[in-house]
Amino acid sequence: MLAYTMRRLMVAIPTMLVIIAVAFFMMRLAPGSPFDTERALSPEIRAQLMSFYGFDKPLYIQFLDYLKGLATFDLGPSLIYKDQTVSEIIGSGFPVSMTIGLAALLLATFVGVPMGLFAALKQNSLPDYSIMAIAMAGICIPSLVTGPILSLVFGVYLGWLPTAGLDLGKMTFETLLLPVVTLSLAQIAIISRLVRSSAVEVLRSNFVRTARAKGLPEGQVLAKHALRAALLPLVSYLGPACAGLITGSVVVETVFQLPGIGKNFVTSALQRDYPVVMAVVVLYAGLIILLNLLADLAYGLLDPKVKYE
Amino acid sequence: MTLLTTPQEKAELLEAAVKGRSLWEDARRRLFRNKAAVGSMIVLGTLTFLAIFGPFFWPHDYETIYNDRVLQAPTWEHLHIFGTDPQGRDLFVRLLYGLRMSLAVGLVATGVSLLIGVIWGATAGYIGGRVDQIMMRIVDVLYALPFIFFVIILMVVFGRNLILIFVAIGAVEWLTMARIVRGQTISLRKKEFVEAAEAAGVTSASIVTRHIVPNVLGPVVVYVTLTIPAVILTESFLSFLGLGVQEPMTSLGNLISIGAREMEIAPWLLIFPATTMMITLFCFNFIGDGLRDAIDPRDR
Repeated sequence: MLAYTMRRLMVAIPTMLVIIAVAFFMMRLAPGSPFDTERALSPEIRAQLMSFYGFDKPLYIQFLDYLKGLATFDLGPSLIYKDQTVSEIIGSGFPVSMTIGLAALLLATFVGVPMGLFAALKQNSLPDYSIMAIAMAGICIPSLVTGPILSLVFGVYLGWLPTAGLDLGKMTFETLLLPVVTLSLAQIAIISRLVRSSAVEVLRSNFVRTARAKGLPEGQVLAKHALRAALLPLVSYLGPACAGLITGSVVVETVFQLPGIGKNFVTSALQRDYPVVMAVVVLYAGLIILLNLLADLAYGLLDPKVKYE
Repeated sequence: MTLLTTPQEKAELLEAAVKGRSLWEDARRRLFRNKAAVGSMIVLGTLTFLAIFGPFFWPHDYETIYNDRVLQAPTWEHLHIFGTDPQGRDLFVRLLYGLRMSLAVGLVATGVSLLIGVIWGATAGYIGGRVDQIMMRIVDVLYALPFIFFVIILMVVFGRNLILIFVAIGAVEWLTMARIVRGQTISLRKKEFVEAAEAAGVTSASIVTRHIVPNVLGPVVVYVTLTIPAVILTESFLSFLGLGVQEPMTSLGNLISIGAREMEIAPWLLIFPATTMMITLFCFNFIGDGLRDAIDPRDR
């Protein structure tokens, strides 16, 4: 187990390096610069800015400098917001994104799992078909459609909830409800389909038949024997689920005007605020790799058939 | 199935057995028995036909601006049946163009991913050994990339170029395809019928075309039908963020983002494009599911 973890971490290092390198060189080789403003800067000021941020050095030295900075958690200053460091920008956006993401993940699990189990128990009946139809809708309708429609219905027509905007530091239940629901819908759909298909398979398997044959009440058969096996695929899905939530948060934060990292990323990319863009990519890539590893390890702990050497 | 058969049925069964059905004919029969898939094919066919030919017969053009008819609700007057947008352009014809664009992106980008994925996966699977390991390790590393962020960076730094959208999205989607094709190729190479063909002296070119390709094709076709909606989603996601196709051209995501901005005063701008997009994605997913059930009978 430990050896497996170490090996996975060893693979993660080159992966991260590739990610950093691709993002770094892609942005630096592109036309345009963060100092392109409405009025052209005089050459002297421009040269001074370039040397202040180290952009006049050869590219590979800049890259090495960046890696050195990363190793000491120094992400550098933002090129657009002169009074903020990248760490501050990320630090203010991350709690918002993480709150939404975690809440959406919890909601998706607590709604999706019972839906899937229920559909599996009532296999090929009307409830099963309707749950699967709803799940299909959840997969087909993207958050960029559900987000605006939800905020149109609940925010504009019914006036129950605020449609957009979130003051920093004031994350209330009302302001977060619609974004979280929007973000979780697709995951609810995927999780319920996943749980249904694995539960259907488990309920047909020999050990469940044995449990029933020895006269266990149905509730115990499900709780003690079927549930654990049926939920296993869900564990390995949690890694990709987090990646999906991270991607989805970009749209949700744009729709609901939330000051999270996803929204930061898009605006920073448009303004060519290189350090911020790089930091977001590095942070999210690292998170995805880490979460995938954790999901795989958890799977190994829960499934005695899987052994990591 | 009942065990008792009338002589007539027996004769039919025998006839069927004698005639024999190919893998593909079997799959087609199963597919056409799936009502959701058939319905989706009809709807999608109609939508595609409308998107391609509709604009030729519609009295309005996608970039004509009617200054006196800004944000008009759906009306029969002047045939603005889906209303007009904030610039005073006819929404119905723009929707057709948007659908055309989204479908085109879906097909072309999926084509790109198919090309890269099949070549990469088949090569890795067929050669095997070291080469296979290195090629698949590259895929593993790429899998960990938060790709949507790279696509966003690409679109921002290199401008909103239509061809770039196709290539960028296609380059994102090929990874899973490569894995599927590789896995299939490897498992097929060890199958008895391939060994039998080898023992019977069939040339390896024939084995590839007669046995490997048709068997790899099934999962690939299924995956293609499920990739198209994913690609359409990615494109609309980019357009929604203002990074996709550029005005006055449009796509479904672009129309939805305009609709989302104007929804409080002009809900039709959101409702029609959103509905069109949902229907399109529904159709592709139903067809994909139907194809999977038809081609891979184990799963039923």
